[in-house]
Amino acid sequence: MANNDDLSYNAEPLYAAREPIHPKAIQGRFRRFKNIVLLVAYGFFFLLPWIRWDRGVGPDQAVMFDIPSRRYYLFDLVIHPQDMFLLAGFLILAAWLLFFVTGLVGRAFCGYFCFQTLWTDLFMKVEALVQGDRNKRLRLEKQPWNAEKLTKKGLTIAIWTGIAFWTGFTFTAYWADAPQLFVDFFTLDAVKAAYISTGILTATTLIFAGFAREQVCIYMCPYARFQSVMFDKETLVVSYDAKRGEGEAGRESLKQGLMTLDERHAQGVGDCIDCKLCVQVCPTGIDIRDGLQLECISCGLCIDACDQIMTKRGWPTGLIRYASEQELETGEKPNLLKFRTIGYGLATFAATVLLLYGIFARAPADVSVQQVRQPLFTVMSSGEIQNNYNVKINNKLQEKLEFRLAVEGLPDAEVTVVGDFEGLSVPADSSRKFLVHVRARPEGGVERKDLEFVLTEEDGRIEPMEYDATFVFR
Amino acid sequence: MSQQTENKKGQVETTGHVWDGDLREYNNPLPRWWLWAFYVTIVFSVVYWILYPAWPYGDTYTKGISSVEYTVEGENGEEKTVSEHWNTRALFTRDMQSSPSALAQQEWVGKVQDMSFEAIEQDPDTLQFAMSVGHATFGDFCAACHGAGGQGNVGAYPNLADNAWLYGNSYETIVDKINNGIQGMMPAQNVADDTIDDLAKYVLSLSGNAEISGEAASRGKQAFASCAGCHGAEGKGNEALGAPNLTDAIWGVADVPGCGGDVACKTGEITHVVNNGIQRQMPAFGERLSETQMRMLAIYVRQLGGN
Repeated sequence: MANNDDLSYNAEPLYAAREPIHPKAIQGRFRRFKNIVLLVAYGFFFLLPWIRWDRGVGPDQAVMFDIPSRRYYLFDLVIHPQDMFLLAGFLILAAWLLFFVTGLVGRAFCGYFCFQTLWTDLFMKVEALVQGDRNKRLRLEKQPWNAEKLTKKGLTIAIWTGIAFWTGFTFTAYWADAPQLFVDFFTLDAVKAAYISTGILTATTLIFAGFAREQVCIYMCPYARFQSVMFDKETLVVSYDAKRGEGEAGRESLKQGLMTLDERHAQGVGDCIDCKLCVQVCPTGIDIRDGLQLECISCGLCIDACDQIMTKRGWPTGLIRYASEQELETGEKPNLLKFRTIGYGLATFAATVLLLYGIFARAPADVSVQQVRQPLFTVMSSGEIQNNYNVKINNKLQEKLEFRLAVEGLPDAEVTVVGDFEGLSVPADSSRKFLVHVRARPEGGVERKDLEFVLTEEDGRIEPMEYDATFVFR
Repeated sequence: MSQQTENKKGQVETTGHVWDGDLREYNNPLPRWWLWAFYVTIVFSVVYWILYPAWPYGDTYTKGISSVEYTVEGENGEEKTVSEHWNTRALFTRDMQSSPSALAQQEWVGKVQDMSFEAIEQDPDTLQFAMSVGHATFGDFCAACHGAGGQGNVGAYPNLADNAWLYGNSYETIVDKINNGIQGMMPAQNVADDTIDDLAKYVLSLSGNAEISGEAASRGKQAFASCAGCHGAEGKGNEALGAPNLTDAIWGVADVPGCGGDVACKTGEITHVVNNGIQRQMPAFGERLSETQMRMLAIYVRQLGGN
């Protein structure tokens, strides 16, 4: 390293170009698990908007976030604006769950479930399909831009763009009627927002999963950074067992006299044969043997790689494995029932129960009674006093509700609903506002009386609803 | 990865420069795409300047090439399309004319226009729409005098929230009054000083004020003959003239309820009205409101007090 005071030294560049990473495909339990997650997640994401659903009122799409009519449709669950606390509850649950899992097994979200990981994975599979595995890709990278390279790179990007577009379109399809949107989209009849969101999602998917990849995790993603805060010494993380791998004399590749474990142990050499397969399969291009690094998304592929080599040699697997820092230092297995785990676990459980309760205990309908405040009361020609009330009824059911209105607390009062119709009917999944006149004889000296508005459903489909109000005499 | 260097574990690459013998600077170069992203933001701002109003110069500013189109009514009542440089006021005008919500509103307005008042009363949704728009229109054009809830002002502006209607409460009448305005007047009466108190007591007795002695009231009844021309022999009023019913509990001009139990105050209020007459005017709104707006206003006002 240079060590001088000469200011004319060759300055290192201020910016570093990304070095493309070409991970080698690997088989094993973690790869299999990742494939299953990929299939299930994509199955849900890409198919959900196309599932049709029968409901009394609203779109016949099973899952639809209908912004103009302010409804979220999730199968038989219809979320109204006033149910938005459910969304807050869901986010709280997701946060606790993330804390719980991360405290226990590290960045499992990053490695197996994050959409950046899933789409990068898929795009790498496409790359491998068109350009071949790691070695072929590396060779192609060094090749001059001839016809072969142009074709292969071009085809890869074309397929990527296709997937990215379908990803963007699928996302947009959650916010509109999917089949109709599909037709409108290509006949150029869809709304501008559909093109903008599909366009943005297509571009970001292509750029992030095709070109930026690990840069997203390292430089852009806040989750990647703050999950480390939830680690402790007992958290299981993907680690290289340095004691076993390095021994006393360090790692050595296989060579004459160092072929078996016995020979190696006799010379103090560790079990790691420095085959670098774990480095080659890493999607973020790090060497797990350097220890825990912020680039590690905890995908477990290096475990698959190392286990494969160890199995081939007939040596015990687990040189790279899920192990806690404490285990690596002392050999002590981590205590999974630590305070943090129990705490986050209970919080997750409580959030789940509350969310489910919130979903199943939603009121089928609600009413609010607001007294008209200007004027609070009016003297009628008969000398009676009139108060006006705005009665707003919200029907969240998929069927029409018919209510009978009664006012308790003023026995002789005359109650009139403005309009020339019988009863208060509220169509399925909508709300109506009624103006109600309540007229009563003044009682000497009484300034106000408490009232209760009672709305009884004609067919008893829901419990009677009550709302307190006040009647003002003067 | 740039970190994947040949460095030995635990050593971080430095810029290679040493100050004061042992000060080195770690070299953690920014990713190059970050630099490109920065250039993209610069390109974005240039595109923005070209599209939208951006730079002030002199007493004006660059207008940008994007535009907003909306329609205005020309001099001869025909529709003209106007194109303006992009600005939120023009966007608002356009949205009020052609956004989905504006079109939905126009559909409802069309319903109110086509349906009879009776049919609107029978349809909760159209009634709710008419009342909401009526309420907003009332706030803009009527509330200045009649109050935000139509409660009026005793002595000056009629209370619309009660169920007494000077000119009757048919929808057609209300629309007509909004359209053409009202000249309301009661001529000042020349009543002799010694009878006016009796007259006032008689008027009070019409609406059942028990504390008035029958004797004074019956003396006042003779003097009431000159009032009966408009208010009717029994004081029941006349909707064709807008003469109020004096036998109900409502006091629109003389603030009798404000007197509490003070009879002298009550007769004083009435005497004042009789002696000075009433001169009230409501302007005509036909020029300022559309037919449909007046219909919705009428529905709103009509339902404030009920029957």
